[in-house]
Order: sequence, then structure tokens, then C-alpha cells
Amino acid sequence: MAQLAAVVGVGQTKYKTKRKDVSIAGMVREAAVNALEDAGLTWNDIDAVIIGKAPDMFEGVIMPELYLTDALGCNGKPMLRVHTAGSVGGSTAIVAATYVQSGVFKRILTVSFEKQSESNAMWALSNPQPFSPHLNAGAGGYFAPIIREYMRRSNAPYDAGIKVAVKDRLHGAKNPLAHLQLPEITMKEVEDSPMLWEPLRFLEACPSSDGACAMVIANEELAAKSPRKPAWIRGAAMRSEPTMYAGREQVNPRAGIDCAKDVYAQAGIHNPRKDLDCAEIYVPFSWYEPMWLENLGFADEGKGWELTMSGATSLTEGGDIPWNPSGGVLCSNPIGASGMIRFAEAAQQVRGEAGDHQVDGAKTALGHAYGGGAQFYSMWVVSSEKA
Amino acid sequence: MRDVAIVAFAQSNCQRDAGAQNEVELIMPVLTEVFKQTGIKSAQDVDFTCSGSCDYQQGAAFAFVAGVDALGAVPPIKESHVEMDAAWALYEAWLKIQMGTAESALLYGFGKSSPGELPIVLSQQLDPYYLAPLWVDTIAFAAMQARTMLDSGEITEADMAEVVARSRNNALKNPHAQLKGDQTVADLLKEATYVSPLRRHDCCPISDGACAMIICTIEKAEEWGKPYAIIKGIDHRIETHHIGSRDLSRSVSTEIAGKAAGVADGPVDVAELYAPFSHQEIILKKALGLGDDTVINPSGGVLAGNVMMASGLSRIGEVAMRIIRGEAKRGVAHATSGPCLQQNLITVLEAK
Repeated sequence: MAQLAAVVGVGQTKYKTKRKDVSIAGMVREAAVNALEDAGLTWNDIDAVIIGKAPDMFEGVIMPELYLTDALGCNGKPMLRVHTAGSVGGSTAIVAATYVQSGVFKRILTVSFEKQSESNAMWALSNPQPFSPHLNAGAGGYFAPIIREYMRRSNAPYDAGIKVAVKDRLHGAKNPLAHLQLPEITMKEVEDSPMLWEPLRFLEACPSSDGACAMVIANEELAAKSPRKPAWIRGAAMRSEPTMYAGREQVNPRAGIDCAKDVYAQAGIHNPRKDLDCAEIYVPFSWYEPMWLENLGFADEGKGWELTMSGATSLTEGGDIPWNPSGGVLCSNPIGASGMIRFAEAAQQVRGEAGDHQVDGAKTALGHAYGGGAQFYSMWVVSSEKA
Repeated sequence: MRDVAIVAFAQSNCQRDAGAQNEVELIMPVLTEVFKQTGIKSAQDVDFTCSGSCDYQQGAAFAFVAGVDALGAVPPIKESHVEMDAAWALYEAWLKIQMGTAESALLYGFGKSSPGELPIVLSQQLDPYYLAPLWVDTIAFAAMQARTMLDSGEITEADMAEVVARSRNNALKNPHAQLKGDQTVADLLKEATYVSPLRRHDCCPISDGACAMIICTIEKAEEWGKPYAIIKGIDHRIETHHIGSRDLSRSVSTEIAGKAAGVADGPVDVAELYAPFSHQEIILKKALGLGDDTVINPSGGVLAGNVMMASGLSRIGEVAMRIIRGEAKRGVAHATSGPCLQQNLITVLEAK
């Protein structure tokens, strides 16, 4: 039988293009120490460390957890390394929660990171694979045609993506940790920025960031003794499907739909727009907000852009279902950590610890991550209430 | 902890170079085999799937993504991946079964090391600021470890050769082994040193291949009506990365994991130890407190064939299959990762 588990500590670094002031170990430790301090704990209170990051080629270090064990106080303890492509930050949080929900461990630390400045992610993603066609397109080039197909099907106005780019940057301006700080950004500025991958402009794409995120997850008994409010994990789900197969629906992938249904059923969510107070969703390119609004059941198919354009997902416009109040991936993207930041920010909202980007009275929130060719999904629902 | 059953295991032949076969082609046959053993059709018939592999072997980011093509993941499945030996994928699945969210799981590990120079590639898993720039390869590190043990008088070169002779001899009965033969300790000691004090035969070969396993609750195994071995204990630990801070003649993380998994709670009939270098088998045997009545590496171990990222899960599978065949009642399997046995996983298996 699954045991109750809760997030009792969250720690993040400041996200920026280059963290030249710290090594990889220093950066990861910074997030971990922040999480321990938030939880009022020390290294000795941690039973295991679960670490995640995107491909090792992003830093050029194979299985960096081997080298990071000292910095993470893990010597003599269990350490597990998760890698599920871009969804890895979310998957890592879910695997970490499993350590506690299984009843095998009482309290664990989970960390994810990316120090993109150590290498070049665009290069690492475009390395030719043996026996496979060479795309040499990076992530933006891969997703742009799928976005164009969404626009064609839904008849969305050309500026729905621009609206998301502005909205998330205005959110990020309320989050001191966000990489991009663009409080004065306008629709015109986004529209005038260079076209990178039609229809994605420069300001509609995520930045390349250094950073790390950490959480302490504890069982019911220890969570009750925690100095700050716990975020109870009410549901967690993962789904995978192949990159390509005949008839694959790429605009509205089935793995995302199934994953959302699973996590909503666990958490008792019937109407996500009504039953959730906010959501932190993996939106690395602007148009993925309206697409995921549909995929995750917040809007009917073809209608996601209407929600975006109405301001429903905007904290600054007083929308009823703010998406990415932290500024999201469009403001900070340390790839391997980006999914965990979504999960951690969802937890901060229901703990009432989100600072200037707090959604008033948020009780229940969704954290979401996706990866690969929009084929790997991880999601969790956290709540201020146990049940 | 609830008991978990291992109901199926398959591994490919260890081969030096799988040529034009890609990862999916390496994985498919072992998946087909474990589905057949279990009496199921595909990954759709289990509750969870988890794999282990390493991008750097293929030399491309997201190498594991193609592995999903081997699963028939339409409709989508519950699936995860560790950038570790697949023995840790087993651990993740074991937790899911403890949690009650899965009754059954498919695990697989695969590695195609032939496109690169594995010892040099693995030098890049060292501390990137202080060690990796020196390009110290895995063999050099293992040689330093062997040297400290020889210098302290704890082992002799003949002890190392004995491990190799027994491994190669045991491998004669293992159809998957890459290196096998009937050589005496004296024969082996006549060979020249490679990276002193290691001779070539003290080092595991480099192999391409894959393995797969199916685990489930005892109830599910009974429902499937298949024979099984039981996972009684499982634990994994890591220790410091800094070689200079470690007593290289010991494996402290193996000692802790062995204790936590309950190795000493009963007699150990058989043990499969992931020792890529001959002297490491001696370290592991000591760390686990195994006596001379335990048969060690009856398969020949990884000195007879080493599929990086799959060998750890294969050690567990080897012990499980011996228990299922009635050749042993209780056994221990070990998996390792990192330079000089930095990270270790111990599984204790018993007959039903």
C-alpha cells in the first residue's frame, strides 16, 4: 500500500546563462543546501539521494552523479540517477517520491540540474545517431512543424504564441530566481524579434540556463514535524510512447492525455480548470501553452488558444487558472532541472511559499514535464491538504 | 518489505562487436525471450517498464529513446530509465512493487561499447575539473588498486590468476560467454603484463549485448503459473569519488549494502559478483563475508563477458535462474558502477 509523502523543503539556485562562480558540484550543492535549510534539516537527516539530469553530453561528464556524491553528502547512502530526456526533472521527483511512498525510506533528497554553459546543448542534441536520419535541427526545429500543424487545425490567431511569451516573462519578473528578467516586455517587442523556426521567434523560445533545483520529500510522520507547511503528493504519473509510428498524433499526443487522466484520477481532479488553482507546465516554446491546455484537459481541442488570449492563464491579468506563475521554462531553462522546477514551484504554491508570484489561496497545483519528441511525460498533483 | 519474484530472464551472447546491429536489434531478442518465458505478449502486459543504458557508449544524446521502439509502446506505457546499470532499473521497479502501484515490471539493459574505446570513454565519468582532464582510464585506476593490494601483501599475482582461471573454466559451460578456456594459474602468469600489475586476462573484455528480466508480486507469479526466485533483500550504496580518500583494498559501500540486504542472514550457495578486474572479486568476496563454501561466478562472471549497463542485471538473472533450476537455494548478486567499485548494489535471492 502506498504511504503518504510530502515535499517539506524546496531549494533552487538563481538561474542565469553562465554560473561562472561555481563548479557543477558547487551549483548542485547550493540548491541542496537551500532545500535542507527550507526543511530545517541537515545532511544526516537524509536517507538517500535521487538525482536527475538530461543527456550527459550537455556537460560532457558521464554519469556525473558519481563525482557529485561527495558534494551531496551521499557517501555511504543510496544514490540513483534518472534520465528520461526533457521530462527528467519531473520523472526524478516521481522516482524520489517512490523511495518514500514505498515505505522503504523515511526522508530523501532529490536534485536535478543542468550547467548548459559547460557545453552546447544544440550541438549535443544534433549529434548524428548511427542508423538514424540526421535532423541537425535542435529542439526548436523539431517542434516548429508540429506547432504549424496546430495553428492550421485550430485557426489560432498568429499572436497567441506572442501573448504567452509576454505573459510568462511578466510572471518571471515577479520571481527573483528567474533567468530572464523582462518586466517591460511588449507584444510588439516579441513580434519584432528575429524569426528562428517559423512560427517561433527568438523571444518565443526558452533561454539556455545554468541552474539546479532540489526537494526534500518525507513520509507522513516526519512531514508533520516539518517547520513549514508540507505539499502533499496527491498523485503522480508517467507515460512514454515511441518518437515515431504510423498514425502518431504529434500535436496532441496520447501519452500526455493518458498521463493527465491517470494523475487526475489519483488526485480526485474532475475538471482541471476548476479543481486546480494553478499549474506549472513545461512550455519551452510559446505555442506549447495552448497545445498543452488542450492535451491536459483545461480546454476543448482547438480551443486552448482562446483560454490563453482571454488572460485566464495570466497571474498579472487576474486569470482564474494561472499557468507558470514562476515564469516557467520560457524564463529559465536548465534543461535537466526544468521539469523539477515545475514540480517544485507547484509545491511552493500550495505551501504558500511562492513569494511575489504566489497565487492567492492556492491549495492544489499541477506540475508537468515532457521530453523527447513530446513522447515522455511526468506529472504530479500536490495539495495543501492530505486528502 | 514484501517478497518480489523474478519469473523470467534472458541475455544475449556477449560479442566484441555487434557490427551493424543497432540497440533495438540487440534488445528485441531478449525481450521476446522473457515474454515467452512469462507467457505474455508484450510490454503492454506488465505494469511498469524500466531500462538502464549510457548515452556515451553510442556517442549520442538520448540513446535510450530508440530503445522504446523495441517495446511496442502503443498505446503509451508507464516507463522510466536510469543512466545506470539496469540493476538499478530493477531497484526502481522493486520500489514500485513495494509501493503497490505495480504488480509486475519489465527491466532491460543494453550496451554497445564497440563503436568507441570504452576505457578512455569511461575516463570522462571522473571529476571533470581535477581528474577527467588527465584521461586516467578505468584500467589504470584498477591497476593502481591491484598494486596497493599486492604491495600490502594482501594478495599475490597467483591469487589474481586463480580468479581468471576459474572464471574462464566456468565460462566453458556458459553459451553466452565471450572468453572461455582451460588455463592453469601457471599458464596465465607466463603472460606479459598489460598495465602493470594487470595482465590482459585480469581485465574484463568489452562486449556488445543486452539482457531483460520480468519481476512481479508472488501472487502474480502464482497466477502466471511460472517458477520463480524470490528477492529477499536489495540495497545499493555509493562512496566517495576521491580515490585518495578510500582504502582501495576494501569496498565499504558493498559492505553496507550487503549488511542492509541481509547477505549474512543465511548460507550463500552461489554468488555472482560484478568484478571487471580479477582482484576486485577478492575485494567483493571479503566485503560480503562470503566463505569458501559459496560458489562464486559460476557463469564465468564479467571476466568472461561484460555488457556495460546490462552486466549488473545479468548477475541477478544468473543467480535467479540457478535458483529456479534448483541448483541453489540461496544466492547473492552484485552490481557495480564507477571507478574502483565506487557504487554497488546487492540482491539476496532465495528459492520459494
